Amino acid sequence: MKKIVTLMLTVALLAMALVGCAQDDPTKKSEGVMTYAEYVAAALDSKVVIEAYVQAKQSWWEKDGQGLATVYTQDADGAYFLYEMPCSKEDYDKLTVGTKIKVTGYKSEWSGEIEITDATFEILEGNYVVTAKDLTDKLGADDLIDYQNQFVSFKGMKVEASKDGDGNDVAFLYKWDGSGVDGDDLYFNVSVNGKTYTFTVESYLCDNTTDVYKAVKDLEIGDVIDMEGFLYWYNGVNPHITSVTVKD
Amino acid sequence: MMKRVLLVLLFFSLCVPTFSACHGSKGMNEFEMPEGFDESRQYEITFWAKNDTNQTQVNIYQNAIAEFQKLYPNITVTLKRYTDYGKIYNDVITNISTGTTPNVCITYPDHIATYLSGDNTVVALDELIADEEYGLGGATLKFDSPTKEEIIPQFLQECIVGESYYALPFMRSTEACYVNKTYVEALGYTLPEVLTWDFVWEVCEAALQKDENGLYAVNGQSVMIPMIYKSTDNMMIQVLKQSGAGYSNQDGEIQLFNDTTTEFLYDIAEHAGSGAFSTFKISSYPGNFFNAGQCIFAVDSTAGATWIGSDAPLQDISEDALVDFETEVMMIPQCDPENPQMISQGPSICIFNKEDPQEVMASWLFVQFMLTNEVQIAYSQTEGYVPVTSKAQQSEEYRDYLSRGGEDQDLYYDVKIKAAELLLSHTEDTFVTAVFNGSTSLRNAAGQLIENVAKSARRKETVDGAYFEQLYADVTALYRLDQNLTISAGKTELGELPTASVVLLSVLGGAWILIGAYAVYGRIKRQKKKM
Repeated sequence: MKKIVTLMLTVALLAMALVGCAQDDPTKKSEGVMTYAEYVAAALDSKVVIEAYVQAKQSWWEKDGQGLATVYTQDADGAYFLYEMPCSKEDYDKLTVGTKIKVTGYKSEWSGEIEITDATFEILEGNYVVTAKDLTDKLGADDLIDYQNQFVSFKGMKVEASKDGDGNDVAFLYKWDGSGVDGDDLYFNVSVNGKTYTFTVESYLCDNTTDVYKAVKDLEIGDVIDMEGFLYWYNGVNPHITSVTVKD
Repeated sequence: MMKRVLLVLLFFSLCVPTFSACHGSKGMNEFEMPEGFDESRQYEITFWAKNDTNQTQVNIYQNAIAEFQKLYPNITVTLKRYTDYGKIYNDVITNISTGTTPNVCITYPDHIATYLSGDNTVVALDELIADEEYGLGGATLKFDSPTKEEIIPQFLQECIVGESYYALPFMRSTEACYVNKTYVEALGYTLPEVLTWDFVWEVCEAALQKDENGLYAVNGQSVMIPMIYKSTDNMMIQVLKQSGAGYSNQDGEIQLFNDTTTEFLYDIAEHAGSGAFSTFKISSYPGNFFNAGQCIFAVDSTAGATWIGSDAPLQDISEDALVDFETEVMMIPQCDPENPQMISQGPSICIFNKEDPQEVMASWLFVQFMLTNEVQIAYSQTEGYVPVTSKAQQSEEYRDYLSRGGEDQDLYYDVKIKAAELLLSHTEDTFVTAVFNGSTSLRNAAGQLIENVAKSARRKETVDGAYFEQLYADVTALYRLDQNLTISAGKTELGELPTASVVLLSVLGGAWILIGAYAVYGRIKRQKKKM
């Protein structure tokens, strides 16, 4: 009898543990919350209500006494970029990767980047962490924009030369033209299938203490690399890279 | 027992000032002009400079330092580069409290007003400027420094905070309205000599006409924002100035919330609501839309002219998005074309005070070097800036540069040179706003009004009297405009004492009262004994 009770207890505990670790169902939406398709269809400057899961925090700062958070979020179908959302530092610290939040704000567009602005949010029960979607073959395709702001990966891309302020070939630049200093955004060129694209290490998202910042500073022209990051948009695709692996 | 209590209180009261003196920065003594500059000593000075994202500007700073150090090998200048005025401002504020300010710093007078909240933080330059040996055009300088009279008076005047010069101008710019002349004419209009707000709004609304395919008729594209304004704080400030309405005065009195402001914000609501107007914060850089043929009136600094136009040397959009058209560089729209008004802006240079007056002298020499023709002309050519000295403006080299506008798409890029000429020919029409501790907040508030109204109109919210009442209250609270804002040249209104200070002073006062009471009590007691 004791053995049976012990076994049942163990099974129950295991089941509870599994439930606790399980990811939330990211397709489910509460009442009054938009699906991703509805969000995409919503007009610019209209009010939107979404539920999504934090995938990365870009920045938090105080402006005029108000804390503002910029956050990448995603659900099962697409991504939502929350720009300068009023948020206390205490709440910002709670927004760990996977945290589910409900956001009410306005759909906006800045230089082609679709984002939610002037938002309010509440933290909900639930957790979901996406895996990076390989979009290497989508680079240059018209439907790449459908993946805007998602956590994605690019594989087997070759580091191409950039020209610094003195006209030298370099593997990366501080700021777009090399006029920046350590700590500024890093820009570097990578190619695949005969086409070259400019990728960025955004210094608010990944500052100069992060592995990716250091890895890009160590790149050499001709290196072949795998990358992960967020599909940011600035007058066209401008991925914000969060990890770089140099292939042998 | 009473004696012991009093001793403890006395001891505590003496300790308190000792501890409190350890916290925070120690006020500096006022800079006193030494008799001369001691060249037998070595000096290391730091220069916090702002460049636009522009490698040429970086190179000019570095070259200037190298040339200066050749003349003064005992002075080493270390450059720290910024691309953002706000970041410099924040870093300076942080370093004032730790006593680690730079020696020389690119700045705006508004910022200096805040820096001056600390005792003698920034050096008043009056005595240095006037010194016959080391002052502007001084006899012992090893370079050809401009005299005080050779600095454009309006620009020098802008560096007065309170009653003293706390900076020298370095570069000056204004705002320009970059116009797609091709589209204006395609819409059936002819550009007037001076743009008016009425003209601009009329053309903007006309540009929203669509064709049978749902595309904008004027450009055949799905995107058209006829007017985009980069700096909405400038927009509001200039409209108020053009209208003769209040903004602020020298005493720091807030006059922003007036009928002219409300009237203009109604215009903003109308044209933002129709889609005819937007801002940098809402949509993006005006130049990007302008160069893609998606904007007709792009208002931005003349110091951003190298990014404007379909042939601009600097581009932020892909080549296939560029559209070919004719660009006209014009004054910003005016309320009264007979009496045009435009803002004067651009970097100035200030010197932070140090314990060693000789170190300050080394900084002063370097600051003056930044006003020599070589530095002034080279830096001004990187953008639509103008040199701040008549000496540079009238030099043969600079006149030749201006005369060659359009020779190439680089150094002689015509839009850039026209932008500089706009300010050169309208220097008398420029103005600046009063500088006081808090003027930066007021400036931000002015822009925020436009941003909020534009967003509300785009979101189809009701913009009426009740809306403005709430908006003005919100903006007043956000920027703390209901608190005392004052000129602070050396002295400042510090407001109410912090609670900790009140407690400390109360303890001190209480201790002395008790000591006094004990003394009186002792005397009475002794007198009683005698009786």
